[in-house]
Amino acid sequence: MSNSSIDLQLLNAFASLLLLLSFAMLSQRRIVTMVKLLAMQGMLLGLATLLLAVRTGQNHLYISAALTLSLKALFMPWVLHRLIKRLGVYWDSEPLLNITVTMLAGLLIVIFSFGLAQPIAEFANTATRSAIGIAVAVVLLAFLTMITRGKAMSQVVGFLSMENGLFFGAMSASYGMPMIIELGVALDVLVAMLVLGVFFFQIREQFDSLDLHHLEKLREEK
Amino acid sequence: MTPLDWLTQLLEMLAALAAAPLFVGWINQCRAWLQNRSAPSILQPYRAIRKLFYKDAVLATHASSFFRVAPYVVFGAMVGAAAVIPSVSTRLPFSNAADAIALVGLFATARVFISLAAMDVGTAFGSLGARREMLVGFLAEPALLMVIFVASLISASTALPAISEGLATRTLALYPSLAFTGVAFVLVLLAENARIPVDNPATHLELTMIHEAMLLEYSARHLALMEWAAALKLFNYACIGFALFLPWGLATGDSPNPGTLLASIPVLAGKLAIAGAALAVIETVSAKLRVFRAPEFLATAFLLAVLGLLVHLLLGA
Repeated sequence: MSNSSIDLQLLNAFASLLLLLSFAMLSQRRIVTMVKLLAMQGMLLGLATLLLAVRTGQNHLYISAALTLSLKALFMPWVLHRLIKRLGVYWDSEPLLNITVTMLAGLLIVIFSFGLAQPIAEFANTATRSAIGIAVAVVLLAFLTMITRGKAMSQVVGFLSMENGLFFGAMSASYGMPMIIELGVALDVLVAMLVLGVFFFQIREQFDSLDLHHLEKLREEK
Repeated sequence: MTPLDWLTQLLEMLAALAAAPLFVGWINQCRAWLQNRSAPSILQPYRAIRKLFYKDAVLATHASSFFRVAPYVVFGAMVGAAAVIPSVSTRLPFSNAADAIALVGLFATARVFISLAAMDVGTAFGSLGARREMLVGFLAEPALLMVIFVASLISASTALPAISEGLATRTLALYPSLAFTGVAFVLVLLAENARIPVDNPATHLELTMIHEAMLLEYSARHLALMEWAAALKLFNYACIGFALFLPWGLATGDSPNPGTLLASIPVLAGKLAIAGAALAVIETVSAKLRVFRAPEFLATAFLLAVLGLLVHLLLGA
């Protein structure tokens, strides 16, 4: 590995940092910090895409790098911060499991997804194929983040982080999806984000809290 | 093994013995500067040790012989550890006797003895400190082992001199795995040496003590040895860190050469000065954690080390 080129090394370093950020999100108690971590993840993803674009010289990667940087690193965190401020939910403590157990579960997930990605990586012919395992791990860790939180806000952050993982997976497996799909997904996530934002207010109006456990009761109580 | 190698070995152990209190003094001085206090002399730890050696030892009535033997065992373990850590040269005759895993075992021996001695007298604070020490220790040890395993995987050896030689002579490359384990190692160092986020070395409040609580019953030469051993432990950890993460400047290679050996001493001094200052900064900017948060702190270290291992296995970097 030591004789591989510097840009591949940088890409690998970015991949490992993405994984680290997923863990940081998993262990985070404060929603504001989670959003900051999400913005950092988006930033890293954008930089990795840019690096890959420079390395492979594919024009559509430049566009998706620009999209990633503007949408995931700047716009969405900004929307989330605004939402947090308007809803006044700075604290989203109490993950359902304790942090240490969650992190150990996260480690098992990483081992599982590295094993899972091994056969996929053998079929890919990109230089970055070894990072597929990391992308799968980021997706599954985001799942775990969503599972272990009860509040709507952090579930959305987990959802967005999952999308980051998917994007990174597509990037490392086949140098990105076709442009049309990428745009479609970006738009979908954006719309989902806005709809969820409206939804938050509805949930809070109904239940005076963003705890999603209230949604589990579907009886009409008058 | 040539006579020069044995001379190197002797020099290294003497350097560790002499420099360990100086390192502690330097950290205390940096901390005082950062906290706007007037700093104690850098030689203060030597004076404290000397003063303690002149005093008459007082033993608790119920202290068994174990209590009296423990300081010598702990001190011996730390000197033994200093003998196998490559701090100036990688050609160490003693290092054939113990690799990095045995080194962790040496630290564990010292920990067991110090904890049992603290429980031996039967005071409440001693047992409290010993229990907390074991709590921290059993969480820090796997993290330290994982850190060592990553470096061993990269350089294909578990002997510390071979690891640092392998890492020093490789071509420069980005190793995310080493970066992760480096952070994990710093966390373990802070926890194992009773530094601030986990324990406060300067505390006078018994309820928050870990390391100090275990030494409450010791006096005079026993206490001096314990203090010296604690300084040696910190010095040893710093040198393990250099061997794993900053191996440049060590006297390496098969042909022994007094020139490179002499050149490596100022390099070590420079690394220690920077590491001490960095440690002081970490201790100044972070607040002490509640004792029950310490497992979380160490779980983070373990997690980082295991992540480093996994990333190394996946990416080969």
